[in-house]
Amino acid sequence: MSRTLPKTLLSAVGFVAGIALILLSASPDYFVTALRLVVAVAGVALMIVSGSALGKRLFGDDFDFSFWFSVTWLVLLGLAVALAAWLPLGEHIDVANSLDQPINASPDPFSANPLGTNLFGLDLLARSVYGARSSLVIAVTAVVIGTVIGGAIGMVAGYFQKSVDRVVGIFTNSLLAVPPLILLIALATVLEPKIRNIAFALSLLTIPGMVRLARATTMLYAPREFVVAARALGATRARILFRELLPNVLLPILSLAIVMISILIVAEASLSFLGLGIEPPEPTWGNMIAEGEGSVFEDYPHIVLVPGAFLFLTVFAFNLVGEKARRRWDPRSVKL
Amino acid sequence: MIRRLTLRVGEMVLVLLIVSLGVFALVALLPGDPAVAILGEGHAASDYDNLRTELGLNDPLLSRYADWLGGALTGDLGRSVVPPQSDVTDRVVSALPVSVEIAVLGLLIALLVAVPLAMWSAYHEDGWLDRVISAGTFAVLSVPGFLAGLLLIMVFVNTLGWFPRSEWVRLGDGDLLGNVHHAFLPALTVALVELAMFTRVLRSDLIVTLREDFILAARAKGMPPLRILFADALRPSSFSLVTLMGLSLGRLIGSTVIVEYLFSLPGMGSLVVNAANQGDFPMVQGAVLVIAVIYVLINAGIDLSYGYLDPRTRKAHV
Repeated sequence: MSRTLPKTLLSAVGFVAGIALILLSASPDYFVTALRLVVAVAGVALMIVSGSALGKRLFGDDFDFSFWFSVTWLVLLGLAVALAAWLPLGEHIDVANSLDQPINASPDPFSANPLGTNLFGLDLLARSVYGARSSLVIAVTAVVIGTVIGGAIGMVAGYFQKSVDRVVGIFTNSLLAVPPLILLIALATVLEPKIRNIAFALSLLTIPGMVRLARATTMLYAPREFVVAARALGATRARILFRELLPNVLLPILSLAIVMISILIVAEASLSFLGLGIEPPEPTWGNMIAEGEGSVFEDYPHIVLVPGAFLFLTVFAFNLVGEKARRRWDPRSVKL
Repeated sequence: MIRRLTLRVGEMVLVLLIVSLGVFALVALLPGDPAVAILGEGHAASDYDNLRTELGLNDPLLSRYADWLGGALTGDLGRSVVPPQSDVTDRVVSALPVSVEIAVLGLLIALLVAVPLAMWSAYHEDGWLDRVISAGTFAVLSVPGFLAGLLLIMVFVNTLGWFPRSEWVRLGDGDLLGNVHHAFLPALTVALVELAMFTRVLRSDLIVTLREDFILAARAKGMPPLRILFADALRPSSFSLVTLMGLSLGRLIGSTVIVEYLFSLPGMGSLVVNAANQGDFPMVQGAVLVIAVIYVLINAGIDLSYGYLDPRTRKAHV
């Protein structure tokens, strides 16, 4: 114990120092640009290495740093989104309230606008948090709709098979016959860019994958003894589907749903980036990144980098958590 | 075999029919009146009505669909409703080669980088470089295409000035080098995600293959590692890779759309996005139909190639 304590302390210091380096590299006062990049990379590397060493010391060798980092990020983001109205954030949408703010200010963690401001002096941290709200609401709503509808259709197709299965198969293949983004763009031509409409359009993307997974998993469990026994006891079809099959189909589907959330966040961001999603001034990560298009981001790279970092971290976190869940719960590890 | 083939073709035709009906029905859902959109406000009611009759919008939906589909089968996709009201087929024909080139070049870059990376990773499993490659590819998978494109532009166009942006040299102009010079950065953007995917999948398949007896035999005979990797291990390990290439086709088309918009290239992506922004529904319909047909055909081709790659599936695969 006397020998491990200093090492634990060392890792803890390294972890904190790594975060400090990242913060320092983000503030304009201390380093020139090229050096800031080096400091940022060093900070990230130091944070990962000592963070994972610290975790292993404290929680045993099974500690997975990137997993807990992802979980922490998602929890923090979720809290920020839920409490956005009560947090001391800058102005995120109304240009009239940001007239006294600096324009295109660079990020400075130790100032009133920790992540800088955009062309209208709106606070980028506030916009990123409110952007997270639209992104998460849209992606989660779409995945829930897609999972319920796709899962139900898939289970029915997998249980009854024969002609039901063939019809369902042709319809899922038809949905899959248009590349996802093209389908979204085609729908965006017609639908008004509102949160509800975009969530509906995105849910169409999740249905085919869910149908296939639910169908395959149902077919895996349908011939098993407990299902045959239930049928022999005279259980109704609805009872078999809900009480016997659903509990087994649920976990694989939920793990796919987590990965789907990250796919949909990217899809929604792409759509707003193309100018077909939620329209400014209402912030989304996609339209915030689009603000930096053209020559703006030559002079002010943070306009792109700040929402880009939020988008990357969130997608990364959902990918990692979903991947872990899938490895654990999916009996067949179906690829999309 | 022939029975299987006819079934497959029959289903493909059915799928394409449903897709074309879906694409066409989008017009019926279109809010607002296309006639008003074309003429602008403030004309006499009869003008709008005449135009609607001229466009065939007063006919029942199904007969319009039949007309449109008949036209599409003979290569006529109608006219754009946005001035200069150009011919949809012409626009698609001139845009398609650009997109195909970006996609093919992107796929090529992805394969050229992924195969050696995966081989190194699998051969030195759990070495430090393998771990860096695994972590790096996972991180790349979380970077959306448009963000990657912007970052590449930031580095290679704005800072280093190695590549141009927003220009395009047509392949037909005879300036091959100029064409590749303009196409490289967009293609690299498209390649990034695919590259990461391919590396991960090929690596895990190669690791399994490298444990098999015939590899051990080759090693015992004293074959050099490179020969074992390329001549013996690659083909049996590429099954998932080919499946993945089929599955990634949709994503490939999607990222091509984004990249074309980002680099202002005159391809299908810019065509669809601009048409969607202007509410130009015949253009969107025509372009989406063409993309869907190509997509379905390529997927069918990939399905058939399984038999060549892995003889075991010739009978088992349904």
